[in-house]
Amino acid sequence: MAETAHVTGAADEADPAGGISWEPRRGRLGEGLRAYGLIAGMWIRSTMAYRTSFLLTAFGNFAMTALDFVAILLMFSRVDALGGWSLPEVAFLYGLSGVSFGLADLAIGSMERLGQRVRDGTLDTLLVRPVPVLAQVAGDRFGLRRLGRVAQGLLVLGYALVVLDVDWTVAKVLLVPVALLSGAGIFCAVFVAAGAFQFAAQDASEVANAFTYGGTTMLQYPPAVFALDLVRGATFVVPLAFVNWLPAGYVLDRPYPLDLPGWVAFTPPLAAAACCALAGLAWRAGLRSYRSTGS
Amino acid sequence: MGAGSWRLYVAVAAGGFRRYATYRVATAAGVFTNTVFGLILVYTYLALWDEKPQLGGYDQAQATTYVWLGQALLAALAIGGGGMENELMERIRTGDIAVDLYRPADLQLRWLAEDVGRALFQLLGRGVVPFVFGALFFPVALPSRVSVWAAFLLAVALAMLVGFALRYLVALSAFWLLDGTGVAQMAWIAGLFGSGMLLPLNVFPGAFGEVVRVLPWSALLQGPADVLLGEADPVGVFAFQAAWAVVLLGAGRLVQSAATRRVVVQGG
Repeated sequence: MAETAHVTGAADEADPAGGISWEPRRGRLGEGLRAYGLIAGMWIRSTMAYRTSFLLTAFGNFAMTALDFVAILLMFSRVDALGGWSLPEVAFLYGLSGVSFGLADLAIGSMERLGQRVRDGTLDTLLVRPVPVLAQVAGDRFGLRRLGRVAQGLLVLGYALVVLDVDWTVAKVLLVPVALLSGAGIFCAVFVAAGAFQFAAQDASEVANAFTYGGTTMLQYPPAVFALDLVRGATFVVPLAFVNWLPAGYVLDRPYPLDLPGWVAFTPPLAAAACCALAGLAWRAGLRSYRSTGS
Repeated sequence: MGAGSWRLYVAVAAGGFRRYATYRVATAAGVFTNTVFGLILVYTYLALWDEKPQLGGYDQAQATTYVWLGQALLAALAIGGGGMENELMERIRTGDIAVDLYRPADLQLRWLAEDVGRALFQLLGRGVVPFVFGALFFPVALPSRVSVWAAFLLAVALAMLVGFALRYLVALSAFWLLDGTGVAQMAWIAGLFGSGMLLPLNVFPGAFGEVVRVLPWSALLQGPADVLLGEADPVGVFAFQAAWAVVLLGAGRLVQSAATRRVVVQGG
């Protein structure tokens, strides 16, 4: 994305800022993605001005994320299985969830700051620009350091794939990248929905943490560990189970605590699409309800 | 110190309390999040203790209590950040610290008072509800004797001192580094890991566990938890916490005097 921003950056500056001539050829989605790419690219360039600082914060991000896995390793230093799952199997869950969440966090993790913008009135600036507000908020302060989290997830996933004893079929192999991307989509939807919620309750941005960080923490452990009601909630209400529990259950041949048909393991893309659509609606409703502080 | 200056620090502490008490929605959001995290962690602990009952000397009810205690103390002790350290570092970076040094109050004591006020609010405002929730819906092991509760509260107070002393040192590093973000992040990681927030320290394997247990961070959560669960002699815990508090607060004083003597305050 940085590359594209670099190449097109110069030409774009010549574009008239008025909304009237804003490239009618592109759809709204394309327009938003392009704007997002430009904003993110700008922040990446600004981050790269302080390379040492970037490396240190990326490492910090990596280490902070790794703590969760250290906890799992410490647990497995005392037991051989957790909820009937072995360490490589739990690592597989962890890797899928970690990478999915890391990608979403990298892409739009800055949404957390929306409440701050609503409170101090700086959201108004974003409203008058001829660019979708969601693209601006999502790209705002794009934190490349969050690659640390993605890298940590990939490392654990790699370890799991090496040590796991799985009869790989084409379906299983394909399901891994599909699950990663769908999972990232589901977490993005959670971030956007949480952003929409902040229009209503500006100071309550921490509630989102329960679903984002809390969600990814929960997914690091086998579903069999949790109470059935919690599993139901994570399957049917906030469908986090589609991030890794359901696809990993298929790959590892593990029964799911709820009585679901086998093909459900292949539906993460559908779940992600549905989540994104709902989150988009919530975002529109939130944005429409926005009243400026006027200061 | 005269009676007048005590009144000053009490006023600063009350100010710290009120400052955090102002944000009610944020507090409610924090309570919700701590409760959800407690809910997730408690099931992982139950699974762990299912595999190995009496792990680390705790039974299942004690392990459950430990989870909810951790969620109750997380914000108050600022184990994962969120205390005064960010603000102090920012004041050092911008040079505002020069104003603080001119105030007729001791720098360390004033920040301590502010932090104690914050911690007391977060203990009451953010800690009590998740703990009560846990106690209502999960089998917990709570002491019936008032004296144990009193000892527990004293251990929490000492934990606040140790926690502050650690974070004050972290913040003072900004005098030399200017941007203390990296140090603060490392300190949070050490705090989450060494306090027992991640996993009770008595579950850590062998010699590794014993090393972690003598580090100052174990005074934060593991100490108060062992007093509440009746797993440790309270006097020993108090002595351990007080010793680290004295050492770390003393170190803070030394660093502070070195910083104010040698470091040029940022102007602008």
